Amino acid sequence: MKRQTLLSVIILIGLVISASIWYGQNHGLLPIAASEEAVLYDKLFSAVIAIAFGLFLIVQGTLIFSLFRFRKRQGDEADGIPFHDNIRLEMIWTAIPTVIVLWVALYSFDVYSTMRGTDALMIAHHMHHHPKSVLVAQTEGPLPDVSSDTVNISVQGMQFAWIFNYPNDITSGELHVPVNKHIHLDLSAVDVLHAFWVPQLRLKQDTIPGSPTHLDFYPTRIGEYPVVCAELCGSYHGGMRTTMIVESEADYQKWLNEQMEVAQADHSPKVATAKMSESEYLAGKLNQPMHHHH
Amino acid sequence: MTLAEQPFHESTASIEVSVQERTPWWEYFTFSRDHKVIGIQYLVTTFAFYLLGGALASLVRAELATPDSDLLPPEWYNGSFTMHGTIMIFLWIVPAVTGGFGNYLVPLMIGARDMAFPTLNAIAFWMIIPGGLLLISSFFVGPASTGWTAYPPLSILTEQHAGQALWIFSIIILGTSSILAAVNFIVTIWSMRMKGMGLFDMPLFCWAMLATSVLALVATPVLAGALILLAFDLLAGTSFFNPTGGGNPIVYQHLFWFYSHPAVYVMILPVFGIISEVLPPHARKPIFGYKAIAYSSMMICALGLVVWAHHMFTSGTPDWLRVFFMIATLLVAVPTGIKIFSWLATLWGGKLRLASPLLFAIGFISMFVVGGLSGVMLGSVPIDIHVHDTYFVVAHFHYVLFGGSVFGIYAGIYHWFPKMTGRMLNETWGKIHFALTLIGFNLCFFPMHILGLQGMPRRVAQYDPQFAEINLICSIGAFILALSTIPFIINAVYSWFNGAKAPSNPWKALTLEWTTDSPPIPHNWHGEPPLLVHPYDYGTVDYEKLNQLLADHEASNLVPNH
Repeated sequence: MKRQTLLSVIILIGLVISASIWYGQNHGLLPIAASEEAVLYDKLFSAVIAIAFGLFLIVQGTLIFSLFRFRKRQGDEADGIPFHDNIRLEMIWTAIPTVIVLWVALYSFDVYSTMRGTDALMIAHHMHHHPKSVLVAQTEGPLPDVSSDTVNISVQGMQFAWIFNYPNDITSGELHVPVNKHIHLDLSAVDVLHAFWVPQLRLKQDTIPGSPTHLDFYPTRIGEYPVVCAELCGSYHGGMRTTMIVESEADYQKWLNEQMEVAQADHSPKVATAKMSESEYLAGKLNQPMHHHH
Repeated sequence: MTLAEQPFHESTASIEVSVQERTPWWEYFTFSRDHKVIGIQYLVTTFAFYLLGGALASLVRAELATPDSDLLPPEWYNGSFTMHGTIMIFLWIVPAVTGGFGNYLVPLMIGARDMAFPTLNAIAFWMIIPGGLLLISSFFVGPASTGWTAYPPLSILTEQHAGQALWIFSIIILGTSSILAAVNFIVTIWSMRMKGMGLFDMPLFCWAMLATSVLALVATPVLAGALILLAFDLLAGTSFFNPTGGGNPIVYQHLFWFYSHPAVYVMILPVFGIISEVLPPHARKPIFGYKAIAYSSMMICALGLVVWAHHMFTSGTPDWLRVFFMIATLLVAVPTGIKIFSWLATLWGGKLRLASPLLFAIGFISMFVVGGLSGVMLGSVPIDIHVHDTYFVVAHFHYVLFGGSVFGIYAGIYHWFPKMTGRMLNETWGKIHFALTLIGFNLCFFPMHILGLQGMPRRVAQYDPQFAEINLICSIGAFILALSTIPFIINAVYSWFNGAKAPSNPWKALTLEWTTDSPPIPHNWHGEPPLLVHPYDYGTVDYEKLNQLLADHEASNLVPNH
């Protein structure tokens, strides 16, 4: 390779790498990070989107360059240069992607293990000795800090609402959680599959009728965030939304006390619907037959 | 000796041949066993289904132009996207790329007179039409509305009971057709290559069809099994997948994706093959890395069978399984990358003839790479957990299946239309079609990445008003994309009847299909096919000499030497 060509290739690669690093830090594609898990997620995402952006630039750049540089000129009926192999080049573009994807796998594994508070592969070992259903086996791993620092809430998905149950018979249609505590959700579904998703937590877990599932997170930012159903569950799937309120310990206790009073005043089985009422689900289609509803 | 000098009896013989040389128009409406007739039957039929699937997509985008669910009744909205996905997969891309291009091209490329099992081939095609009509008939009873994935328990408890049952039976018929076609391709490619053509002398499209057919043959029966059990749950009240009777809905997901992830490769591998055929003649370069591309197809085939549970990272799949499927999924990027880099190297240093086939092929590389990169992101378990079942995934698979498969199908149609019809397509309309498709496609699908990352789930009729502007852009893009089809249809229909006559080899291409007439005669060649060069010998072939050899070959077949 001529020295000049080599130099321009090095400069180009430098530019692509700088652009990728810059984009990884400034993509602005994700919503607010409201939990420790989300912060971990965002670091991984920034790294991966930077790599993706660099590869995107290389491929699209090569295509655009080729479109102009290698366009057939008028009157030129000859063929191009007949090279069709270059072992060194092919080794490079096999090896580099292999290294990249293995690195992405390792980094993802690391982030995933931290998010779950356990070494993900230890579960395999654990399962070996407990021939139970895989879904149950998943819960057998050491849960993060099962102590007074952990708030346990059970979550029920149903067509088309989320129900949150707290100790002392407290039932709510909104998810209230204290900030800076370990939150442990026990998820179940009444009728069909649903998926509990809070984009600001970067976490999602299907709720499965007949099989309990779990979700652990550590909210770090006070605020109101949407709880979205992400698994198709029927006609009004898009309306199955509510709110997660992350509040200070004091506000959370205040809310719990209020709810306790309500629960004691009314002992009849009570089901709270999601924030969006049925009339809102049905807005604009009152001529439609009413769907079966809880 | 010229034709006029032939003895009387010999010239009558040649007249008889020329009478048989034309495939009459009505044969396209019959149970023909000719692979070329069947290939065109597939392409035209599946294109009609594509238009229906596209109309349904337009309905979906019209509903999503505003945040409220205010256009369609909710069951019909769910029915629209369910039927859109089902039609696009089972009645457009799968049958178009395998049954359409595969049937038309494989025998021509390997120098065979037809497929190994011509009757089976016709049977496979004639299952598509009843399968499709059955699916469409469900619109009269309320179509299936549980997504193309039909996850139980929703698909068992659905109120569109009859529609869901019709959906299941239709997919079983279409799947059976796909299995029959796969058997046919494997046997044909393995045993019907002409003398002198080894496996590594085959055009790369044939390698792609071999890998595709192995996948379809291994995976499709599993889908059929899952759907039969689902039908029992739906119609006979069994509880294979119904938790209230002790069944497990997650088992269905495993069986479904054991087929449906390989199905993605069934939809893209033949298109990889098309791109490897279109680039060299239009770039005037040999394909770069023939063996690497051939092997990477087989590697994608093998890896493609062990990645299915990456669709189930939020389904309560055990952690160690998630890690296994993550690594297997990410590794698919390696053979895919080999193909993309090899195509770039094929363009490098070429003399690019920027007519519609090459424009669509370059468009394919450019769009597919976006889908590939978002695919790597989705392969990572933590990243996937956030964006699973969101518009990010919708963006991803449309970059693979529209930016990839459909752009590639168009590249293939522009490239082989002269061979198939004997007419040239209009180049100006082709360029207009390309520009509108590229703009509409990117406007529609690129912003969806942002929607998903920001928090918009898929399969919803109503959404958070903060996403209104981006959704409106997507809908405008979708309508441009819908309009972009019109210049293509006008061009194709007009050119088929009135286009400029196509010579036998308008692109100066070197694969065998270009050595016979446009359109080819019923049994493809007079005498033996002239296997004179390798499929990608661009830049080293002396075209004058080659044409002379071809002319000599033709003459020797018309007038037998004694």
